[in-house]
Amino acid sequence: MSTSAVKFYQVGSFAVGNRLLRDDERSVQSDPDRTNALTSGHRACQGCGEALGARYALDAAMRATGDQIIAVNATGCLEVFSTPYPESSWRIAWLHSLFGNAPAVATGVAAALKAKGDTITRVVAQGGDGATVDIGLGALSGMFERNDDVLYICYDNEAYMNTGVQRSGATPPAARTATTQAVGAHPGNVFGQGKYLPKIAMAHDIPYVATATIADLRDLEAKVERAMTIRGSRYLHILVPCPLGWGSASCDTIKIARLATQSGLFPVFEAINGEFVASSKIRKRVPVEEYLKLQTRYSHLFSPQRNDEVIDHLQRIADKNIERYQLMGE
Amino acid sequence: MDKPYAITLTVGSSLANHTGSWRVEHPEYIHRMPPCNQACPAGENVQNWLYIAEDGSYEHAWRELIKENPFPAIMGRVCYHPCQTACNRTFLDEAVGINSVERFLGDHALEKGWKIDPPDHETGLAVLVIGSGPAGLSAAYHLRRMGHQVVIRDATHAPGGMMRYGIPKYRLPREVLDAEINRIKDMGIIFQLNTRVDDVHDALDEGFDAVFMAIGAQLSKRAYIPAGESARILDAIQVLHHFEDGQTPMLGRKVVVYGGGNTAMDVARTAKRLGAEEAIIVYRRTRDKSPANDQDIEEALEEGVLIKWLSTVKYMGEDDMMIEKMELDEKGFPQPTGEFETLEADSLILALGQEVDFSLLGNNVDLDVKSGVMDVDANMMTTHPGIFAGGDMVDGDRTVTTSIGHGKKAAKYIDAWLRQTKIEPKVEKTAVAFEDLNTWYYTDAPPAVRERLAASRRVYDFSEVVQGLDESTALYEARRCMSCGNCFECDNCFGVCPDNAIKKLGPGLGFEINLDYCKGCGMCVSECPASAIEMVSDL
Ligand SMILES: Cc1cc2nc3c(=O)[nH]c(=O)nc-3n(C[C@H](O)[C@H](O)[C@H](O)COP(=O)(O)OP(=O)(O)OC[C@H]3O[C@@H](n4cnc5c(N)ncnc54)[C@H](O)[C@@H]3O)c2cc1C
Ligand SMILES: Cc1ncc(C[n+]2csc(CCOP(=O)(O)OP(=O)(O)O)c2C)c(N)n1
Ligand code: SF4
Ligand code: SF4
Ligand code: SF4
Ligand SMILES: [Mg+2]
Repeated sequence: MSTSAVKFYQVGSFAVGNRLLRDDERSVQSDPDRTNALTSGHRACQGCGEALGARYALDAAMRATGDQIIAVNATGCLEVFSTPYPESSWRIAWLHSLFGNAPAVATGVAAALKAKGDTITRVVAQGGDGATVDIGLGALSGMFERNDDVLYICYDNEAYMNTGVQRSGATPPAARTATTQAVGAHPGNVFGQGKYLPKIAMAHDIPYVATATIADLRDLEAKVERAMTIRGSRYLHILVPCPLGWGSASCDTIKIARLATQSGLFPVFEAINGEFVASSKIRKRVPVEEYLKLQTRYSHLFSPQRNDEVIDHLQRIADKNIERYQLMGE
Repeated sequence: MDKPYAITLTVGSSLANHTGSWRVEHPEYIHRMPPCNQACPAGENVQNWLYIAEDGSYEHAWRELIKENPFPAIMGRVCYHPCQTACNRTFLDEAVGINSVERFLGDHALEKGWKIDPPDHETGLAVLVIGSGPAGLSAAYHLRRMGHQVVIRDATHAPGGMMRYGIPKYRLPREVLDAEINRIKDMGIIFQLNTRVDDVHDALDEGFDAVFMAIGAQLSKRAYIPAGESARILDAIQVLHHFEDGQTPMLGRKVVVYGGGNTAMDVARTAKRLGAEEAIIVYRRTRDKSPANDQDIEEALEEGVLIKWLSTVKYMGEDDMMIEKMELDEKGFPQPTGEFETLEADSLILALGQEVDFSLLGNNVDLDVKSGVMDVDANMMTTHPGIFAGGDMVDGDRTVTTSIGHGKKAAKYIDAWLRQTKIEPKVEKTAVAFEDLNTWYYTDAPPAVRERLAASRRVYDFSEVVQGLDESTALYEARRCMSCGNCFECDNCFGVCPDNAIKKLGPGLGFEINLDYCKGCGMCVSECPASAIEMVSDL
């Protein structure tokens, strides 16, 4: 879709690099001198998907803007692990204010740049799923409505991780969190609640909405790059598995993101001016079970006995996504 | 430093925070054994030369290849490529066409006229090699590279052994054979042709410091076949040998070949090309029990050779013969059925396998023969110190590639023996399994197929049947390699580390782990497509 396929060489477009490509065809992350917007020494957990996703996205934004960006960060893991005063891992202009107001602060930064006549520097706002779909939703909706010139990136790890894995509006059904324990007749998070922010963003008819994961770097970079060519409000929703909150092995973070896409549970697509335009196709379809069983937040679906009813329900959600977002085929 | 109101600490980078202290294990870059390398009887480092070829560095790739095997153009035509049988890519789609890339590199080198440098020093030691088949040539090449003086003696008037007197031209054109042999000759190897060695012991008396025997298995096995007075019964090895020497054998219009190996296929296909209307192979077992290579059987059938599986020859007459149908018993052995069939036949060619001619051992009893082959130890040395042997005359697969491997191994141990040193035995490594790879990253890529001459055109002359790949196709095929167990610089590890703890050192130089920041998550290991990194405990 948004990436142009690399002509055959062992790994095509799938791996980070490819020693046989011309420099200008290579991913940002394969550059030995990449900017590392988020540098080493941060306090994210081993195998943190959010740390990785943020570096992927912001390095790409830096390349796209010639390093002329200001990032506004909501409260959450990404802010806490990167900036325990007096240390910071950020190598870009970076601002933090509150949990719920990142879109509003970003709007302000964009307005200030405009007032100064600065048409070069661009604004990125970022936050976790809690900051985005719950507490910051009002501010974000206002930002979309006004079509302020900000790229908002949501790093979706499907719960409030920073404060101890509480449920958010983006927590998937059946998942166990600190506030949706695996007890009672319907263990884990309930079905039928929560919100899917990419669709809410699309409903604002903003110029660009896209989803991505850390399992497809080339796609993620291409989407950031495309977003930076557009003025107005843009929304990028990136799935970033969390080994701590999801109960998965630290080495499996990317694998889990990949299985989320290959099962259909996390559709990867793009929408322009509110209209769906394209999706990344599933290469190797897997049953949702493959994805679920690597995470202890779903272990109650498999032991002490298997809960086929719930697994089937999750499978139906995946199947529906596959249909709705046209995830199969060429 | 003056700090603003309420600020007590100096702001700095998180680089001051060495998160490596969290770790209990860390990644290390490793080289693992690719299954293709392990399966190559000549010990080629297949993965390595494919990797080098992938960016178009053909000369470099070729030079790496010939470190192990001086004959890539020959290999690319006659090797049965056990490397491909072992290739992990088989489990993804189809094996990498290693053999076709090898042929491309070999042919390309001949086209470009690349030479092999003579040794940079002379040891002053001399080795006699008896037999100029693949085993002898390979030993000579490696010994010469080490700086030894090498003399090859062969009874025939042209070098190559069964590569010349067995394998027909349509599978191995003689220009290719000659060119690759001449290239090693130019390193300063002395060929003494038309020189049969009658007693190997004389060589040591002549002053050679060591001897390598590689006389092959030249004697055809015989079988008693009741035959009429004027029945024409020939021996396959002799038919092929004489034909190579320019004597066209009288085979008649209807030729029957007895035996089911490659020699049988080649002699039947040769008969077809010499104008036989019918060439029928009679073999007492089934196709899957046949020792012949499947592609050779396929090509023979394409050319109109008929094969009577599960049949034996009972009688040979002047212009006809009788065969008996066999059936397999529970143990899989063929048993007679009492059902007979008569075939028209002007000649019967026996291709029932070969034996070693031990006459050159002389009368001396210090050289042991065991079960029909030369007895050699793990160092390829016979029971006589200083006399080594390899190829078809010792135990092992009777193939060109195995013989080349024997020659290489023998050269290594001859050299050690000459220098009175010991070589530590290699530790067998387990090969990388398909399951060890992260195959998500490999794209679909159907194999490139080598064209074959149309069967109808083949039977008129001895033109080469299988065609080579052109450059772009060979390059594509090389790039299908998954680089099992060895880094191919895909940058995944460098990219996926959430802690930027991996440094990319640049093309060909690989990567380095920065242990100050590596938290030991293992993501680089999981996402390495090639299984070229492993976690090692810090505890
Ligand atoms: C028809 C046919 C087709 C084959 N096809 C294939 C194939 O496609 N692929 C493959 O891998 N293998 C093939 N083989 C097998 C392969 O050719 C042999 O395994 C291989 O050549 C053995 O090598 P060698 O060096 O041990 O002996 P040889 O190749 O047999 O060479 C021995 C040499 O020693 C010389 N010699 C013998 N005695 C003396 C003496 N006393 N003094 C001096 N010189 C002597 C001979 O003249 C000969 O040149 C084929 C064999 C035959 C017969
Ligand atoms: C108004 C307010 N309420 C609560 C908090 C405590 N708090 C800090 S981060 C956080 C959760 C963050 O969750 P999310 O946005 O999903 O980010 P993550 O840590 O999961 O990356 C909460 C509840 C706060 N900082 N401010
Ligand atoms: S994929 Fe490459 S390295 Fe792996 S077995 Fe095949 S040829 Fe060898
Ligand atoms: S991905 Fe980085 S932190 Fe994790 S084990 Fe590898 S080098 Fe260490
Ligand atoms: S991930 Fe890629 S670059 Fe890193 S060791 Fe493996 S093959 Fe090499
Ligand atoms: Mg979260």
